Amino acid sequence: MSETRGLVREAAERLFDKHCSAETMRRADGGEFPQALWRALAEAGYTSALVPESAGGAGLEMADALSLLISAGRHAVPAPLAETMLAGWLLSGAGVSVPEGPLAAVGPLTVAPVRADDVLTAKRDGALWRIEGTATRIPWGRQCGQIAVLARSDGKNLVALVSAADVEFRNGHNIAGEPRDDVVFAGVKTRQAAVSPVDDGALRALGAVMRSAQIAGALQSVLEMTVQYAQERVQFGRPIGRFQAVQQNLAVLAGQAAAATAAAEAAIEAAAHDLESPAVAAAKIRAGEAAGICAAIAHQVHGAIGFTQEHRLHYSTRRLWSWRDEFGNEAWWARRLGGAAAAAGADRLWHGITAAG
Amino acid sequence: MASLDNLTFAPPPSFAQGEVLRAEVRAFLAQHMPERAITQGVGSWGGSDREFSRKMGARGWIGMTWPRRYGGHERSALERYVVLEEMLASGAPVSGHWVADRQSGPLLLRVGTEEQKRAILPRIAAGECSFCIGMSEPDSGSDLASVRTRAVAADGGFRVNGTKLWTSNAHRSDYMILLARTGEAGEQRHGGLTQFLVDLKSTPGISIRPVHNLAGEHHFNEVVFQDVFLSAANVLGEVGGGWQQVTSELAFERSGPERFLSAFTLLVELTRALGPAPSERACIALGRIVAHIATLRRLSRSVAGMLQAGANPAQQAALVKDLGTTLEQEIPEIARQLIDEEPDRDSTRDFAAVLARTMMNAPSFSIRGGTREILRGMIARGLGLR
Repeated sequence: MSETRGLVREAAERLFDKHCSAETMRRADGGEFPQALWRALAEAGYTSALVPESAGGAGLEMADALSLLISAGRHAVPAPLAETMLAGWLLSGAGVSVPEGPLAAVGPLTVAPVRADDVLTAKRDGALWRIEGTATRIPWGRQCGQIAVLARSDGKNLVALVSAADVEFRNGHNIAGEPRDDVVFAGVKTRQAAVSPVDDGALRALGAVMRSAQIAGALQSVLEMTVQYAQERVQFGRPIGRFQAVQQNLAVLAGQAAAATAAAEAAIEAAAHDLESPAVAAAKIRAGEAAGICAAIAHQVHGAIGFTQEHRLHYSTRRLWSWRDEFGNEAWWARRLGGAAAAAGADRLWHGITAAG
Repeated sequence: MASLDNLTFAPPPSFAQGEVLRAEVRAFLAQHMPERAITQGVGSWGGSDREFSRKMGARGWIGMTWPRRYGGHERSALERYVVLEEMLASGAPVSGHWVADRQSGPLLLRVGTEEQKRAILPRIAAGECSFCIGMSEPDSGSDLASVRTRAVAADGGFRVNGTKLWTSNAHRSDYMILLARTGEAGEQRHGGLTQFLVDLKSTPGISIRPVHNLAGEHHFNEVVFQDVFLSAANVLGEVGGGWQQVTSELAFERSGPERFLSAFTLLVELTRALGPAPSERACIALGRIVAHIATLRRLSRSVAGMLQAGANPAQQAALVKDLGTTLEQEIPEIARQLIDEEPDRDSTRDFAAVLARTMMNAPSFSIRGGTREILRGMIARGLGLR
């Protein structure tokens, strides 16, 4: 880890520790937006981490910014930090100005579309652009002030900033209870739009790297929580962590968490220069698989208490079960990665793996 | 929160210059890979081929990290890693020098006498000298501290009696590093063990009997020591320091690319059999395996980097081996569901033959070099649970 990245991560851990209190987590779980946490994230520059300083952002190195999300995942941060970072990246990359003033004032941002089959279109209307289409499962949709939209327009990709007040939301939730809304763009007008240097594949790839980072972080804390619980919970006169059956499962949990972190870190390094890198697909596949295995073991070890809202384990496991399906699940990415490997052929298989870094 | 520092993986050192070496190794393989049945490359580090080992030695690819004065080449652990993984991925016959290069040589370098080092290391580096590991016994597998082979002080040395078992390649090896009991175990059970350097070719009293594995192959042996005299000059390291030496040796044994590439030949043949545009189901299965291998490779290179930096990543190494062997064992199970062909090691079809060989070798992946259960116990210790 670079020295800067280490410092960024340490500062982030302190901020999340302070602002993701049990009370904040409980209220956010009930659907209340964590305003104080959000202000702190905005003031620290995290929300605009991927917006260059010249465009009014914090302008972090991409790898440093993405590694913040490992820390965010560790703390199950109940706010659209990844989504706002992603929107800032999309907008500033196209030269569309990111909403002025502290982001806290305009609220968080999100992006659309996020599902592979959803397509939005843009048409010129005088000095304005009109956006048409429906984008499903938009993270935090109704709680965001504005949406960074990637739309097709005469064979080009167009980035536009749309006010949430101008669209229709059909509310949905992920397993963690976070908004995942279908958003209907019925010819909504915007003045702020520009041709985008990236397509929906790149948007999806960066989203996948972000979710992989969040999963890796969440698995680290799930491991720590579960090991600690196994050392404290006493049955048959000794801590359950003294039983070999439990130890063997915790070893599996540790291995899966380590693999998810390694895969996410590889993708974070790759994403800074190449969003088409196989490391991106590998991360979402590997971290997504680890998420399910680890959540199952963590719950098994925690027993009944871990299955209640009175224990904090569910803040992490419910996010793991959600994040692995967002921005492409394991099968979606594996199909691409495996298809590319097959097309390259048996005698290039190893070359492809070593080239992935 | 629990402290999990024992299981942290440092990012692998960046190593762009390794690509030049990688190209050299690939060119070498294109020229020198022996013509033979593809199944020969399955399961046990490509089989043994002294001629191939000599050629690798001549290129400076054995003992790469050792000092020049002992025939080494003073290159980095990461350069060595590039050579190892290229050899394994291609199924090259490296088993003849594998153990000597990986653990016996480094052990000699660490604890050997000057005379032992000068006599043996240059021969290993030249690809001329092979080693086997004399640890396991009929009643000592995972519980290595219980070894009963006894070395009793005799005039000018030791007299050895006992039996070693599962000794891979003993019948082809020049030397064994023998672990024997020279004293009382003590309360910790780890005392009184000593390692010896045994010349298998010229020491009287040693008999080697083959133990064929379920694939019908002869790798294992039973090695019986009957009143074998070993001089004091054959002691390797400290008398009574065997346990410490053995455990440090095992960290090198557990994290290399051989712990996730044992079934790679099958994966290549699976990809060939699937063709350029396989079904969606096959693409998903193949993509998942590729993702796993890419991740394992990063973890394994991370351990190589930590070893290079002088750290002792024993628990990380155990974790890599556990993850790696789990994947290796999954590959034949996945492959057989994607290609409707019955495994047959005598088949003229490469996929069927390689599938058969890999399937029959797979049970050993999570036994050799530390069983899955022992490794998970080590990881649990790293988690502070024992």
